[in-house]
Amino acid sequence: MPTRGFALPSLAAVLACIAFAVTVTGGAPASHAATLEEAVQGLSAKSYKDRAVGVEILAATGHPRAIPILEAMAKGQLFVRKADGVTVIGHKTGKVYSLTNALDGSAVGDARKKELKKVKVNNRLRGVIKAALGGLTLLSDDPDRREEAAAAVFAARDAGALETVEQAIAREEDPGLLDQLTLAKAAIQTNPDFPLDVRLAAVERLSESALPEVRSLLASLSQEGEPDAEVRATAAEALDAVERDLAFWNLLGAIFQGLSLGSVLLLAAVGLAITFGVMGVINMAHGELVMLGAYTTFVVQQLFRDFAPGGLDYSLAVAVPAAFLVAGAAGVAIERSVIRWLYGRPFETLLATWGLSLILQQLVRTVFGPTNREVSSPSWLSGAFETATGLVLPYNRVAIIIFSLLVVAGIALVLRRTALGLYMRAVTQNRSMASSMGIRTGWVDAATFGLGAGIAGVAGVALSQIDNVSPNLGQAYIVDSFMVVVFGGVGNLWGTLVGAMSLGVINKFLEPFAGAVLAKILVLVAIILFIQKRPRGLFALKGRAAES
Amino acid sequence: MFRNQRHLVFAGILAASTALSGAAQAETIKVGVLHSLSGTMAISETTLKDTMLMLIEEQNSKGGLLGKMLEPVVVDPASNWPLFAEKARELIEQHEVAVIFGNWTSVSRKSVLPVIEELNGLLFYPVQYEGEESSRNVFYTGAAPNQQAIPAVDYLLSEDGGGAERIALLGTDYVYPRTTNKILRAYLNAKGISDEDILENYTPFGHADWQTIVGDVKKFASEGKKTAVVSTINGDANVPFYKELANQGIMAEDIPVVAFSVGEEELAGLDTEPLVGHLAAWNYFMSVETDENEAFIEKWHAFIEDEDRVTNDPMEAHYIGFNMWVQAVQQAGTVDVDAVRQAMYGQTFKNLTGGTAMMNTNHHLSKPVLIGEIQDDGQFETVWETDGVVKGDAWSDFIPESAKLTADWTFPWVCGNCEAPKFGATADM
Repeated sequence: MPTRGFALPSLAAVLACIAFAVTVTGGAPASHAATLEEAVQGLSAKSYKDRAVGVEILAATGHPRAIPILEAMAKGQLFVRKADGVTVIGHKTGKVYSLTNALDGSAVGDARKKELKKVKVNNRLRGVIKAALGGLTLLSDDPDRREEAAAAVFAARDAGALETVEQAIAREEDPGLLDQLTLAKAAIQTNPDFPLDVRLAAVERLSESALPEVRSLLASLSQEGEPDAEVRATAAEALDAVERDLAFWNLLGAIFQGLSLGSVLLLAAVGLAITFGVMGVINMAHGELVMLGAYTTFVVQQLFRDFAPGGLDYSLAVAVPAAFLVAGAAGVAIERSVIRWLYGRPFETLLATWGLSLILQQLVRTVFGPTNREVSSPSWLSGAFETATGLVLPYNRVAIIIFSLLVVAGIALVLRRTALGLYMRAVTQNRSMASSMGIRTGWVDAATFGLGAGIAGVAGVALSQIDNVSPNLGQAYIVDSFMVVVFGGVGNLWGTLVGAMSLGVINKFLEPFAGAVLAKILVLVAIILFIQKRPRGLFALKGRAAES
Repeated sequence: MFRNQRHLVFAGILAASTALSGAAQAETIKVGVLHSLSGTMAISETTLKDTMLMLIEEQNSKGGLLGKMLEPVVVDPASNWPLFAEKARELIEQHEVAVIFGNWTSVSRKSVLPVIEELNGLLFYPVQYEGEESSRNVFYTGAAPNQQAIPAVDYLLSEDGGGAERIALLGTDYVYPRTTNKILRAYLNAKGISDEDILENYTPFGHADWQTIVGDVKKFASEGKKTAVVSTINGDANVPFYKELANQGIMAEDIPVVAFSVGEEELAGLDTEPLVGHLAAWNYFMSVETDENEAFIEKWHAFIEDEDRVTNDPMEAHYIGFNMWVQAVQQAGTVDVDAVRQAMYGQTFKNLTGGTAMMNTNHHLSKPVLIGEIQDDGQFETVWETDGVVKGDAWSDFIPESAKLTADWTFPWVCGNCEAPKFGATADM
């Protein structure tokens, strides 16, 4: 068909013409590039102040390249190449930076650090960049970026962004995001430049959201700096309402923090609940077994980094059994070499394990060095669950609470449902009877101590996520662990659980009034008094086992 | 604290003293190194012991001093404050060292002070501290409060620093943070920031659970005024503190934290990505690009045989202090303490960060002050620095009873804490 064959190219030609017309009239790439170039040069001005002006000029161009350039600048990846003064974006790969031209994103080779001059940013500039990016990304297709943008616009409260915010509100379909956008709009409209009725309506809108940021804004509006008395009064009223709401969430927050502290205490103490609680061994090296677990986590992570970098996020899953084995083996070795000769002589056990703890510390210090070791958090544990009311529940804290409960449940299972558990209870309740029933008491002792030590190692894996991994790690927990076990009732797992959680919550409720130092002292005094009244702790064992 | 006392008893016995006394040769000059190699402070002080060994090795490779080789005498006071005094006595009386480089915590320095004054020894103390002291037998090569804390607060209040109107002072509960915060409170009051805009909070050593305090700071910051945090939190407690800041989503743009005890070494155990923008004030950053610094870092990496090790401010303090002592000995022609002390005054040496440090007659250095922001690679980037050097004040101008005192060990004062000169008020003057 000759006609159709002829028609097609002509259609393409027409389309090309239209496309050309659009780029010339609408897109105007030529004039854009010129201003972009000027604006980008402004970014590397001498003072931070001038650089902030440069950021605003660049954002005002509205050029699509402005977003990647500003993002690179905020991350400290924007450089000026010393040789030719070209502004480039550099990503560090090994020892060199691979460069792309900031203006068009084309690759322009590699350079070493010495050949580049970094466009320095400070906090203030980073704030300006965030606000500028907020204005530019409000209309983005990615909901996460729109969310960030709404927060940035809220923080900046720049009247110039109002028009874009209104456009974004008109387009937004997600109800949660819509709420944030109207909040950002209200924040902008509290500006003194707006008419009084708009400002009052904005304050009303703000009072509906009990957020710490809103509280901060309302507080500043209710203070003397605000010129209008009516706004001041309305803001003060709104502030009261927000504060009432926040108080409730703060209470929830304190309970969560208490449980979180309690779960850390529980993890540290639960191994001791076996070695001290069940066997009656005062093991001062317990903290160092926790520390060994934390270092095992570090070693496992290093191995993953070297051999399976892709699986780094799951290294904790390997670290938990590894730490159990390492600390458990150390525990068995300690029991077989030292503790078994000292049964029934608590004071000598205390001194010997004390010495052991120092040896272990110095050993780790010699092998790994005295400085802290970095154990990174897997991506699924970083970040936090934030409620709309500003209550922050960090994932790692939530995970530790769950993990500690799992560990306790696991031990309870072992003690009650396995043969080893049965032997353990038999040996601790009546050694000679157990022995005459054919139980090898020596090996049961070693296995029990190993179990307690292994659990301590597992606790170390969890603690490596929130504390230093240093040779001193264990020291911080030894006193608290004994406190929990004694308070909860020696030999009682349930007591350890309740004891740890209640100590955590009490501590967190005392801290705001008494301060961290005094809160700790008060808790210690309270426990001493409590022990006077109930020497066997919260949940005393009853029956024959209690007499041993 | 229980855990520290545990150390007190046993650490000294167990951690085998690493004294390298060996066969004492008459033809060496002995240099005492008094840093903890075990116990809680080993984390910071071991590095300084290595720094001293490197500096001594380098001096020996240049032919020693006064025609003799330098011989390091390393002892381990094991983070045990009374043991510091015993070891100092051992260094001076048994080993007859010419000079001691050592100590980290203020409490250990206070413990050594009576010994070193009684025996007329010489101590170079390399760590930033709370001031309010000038001993005839100590040269302070770290920063005094006016060389670190005051400029840092000035920066926070400035436009570039974010223009803070409220300040939270968080510290570990011991002498350095309490004294520094006392000075800062007086200074902030003088700057028009009232007591209701200052939050002061202390925590025990090794404090690990920061949830409540970070929450309090957030609340304090949400009361309508721009807020910043000044942290004198020391040692191990810093890592969980910064982790909690990151956890609760506190960004440096919202609430910047400036720390006086957090350097490159402390950041080494941390994922610094969420901390970008938080600040530290020091007289030295590893990231500063000068030829001297580059050479120093290269030497350090070669000596310690690890390319990943960082350098920090107290290392530079030892570098300056050791080199000044070498110059003073050369000038005096002897290692006699009294002669060397006189030769120390006005002694200058090039800083690693550019400019020249000078030893003043109050036994404190004149040094530049730098403020840096944490970067995602664990380094600091300088965002502000003083135009020239700042002279270290032994006595703060912001504590009324200290403002009257003068430290000057030359004629006519010859005193570390006097209101009037000891000499010179004679009739004919």
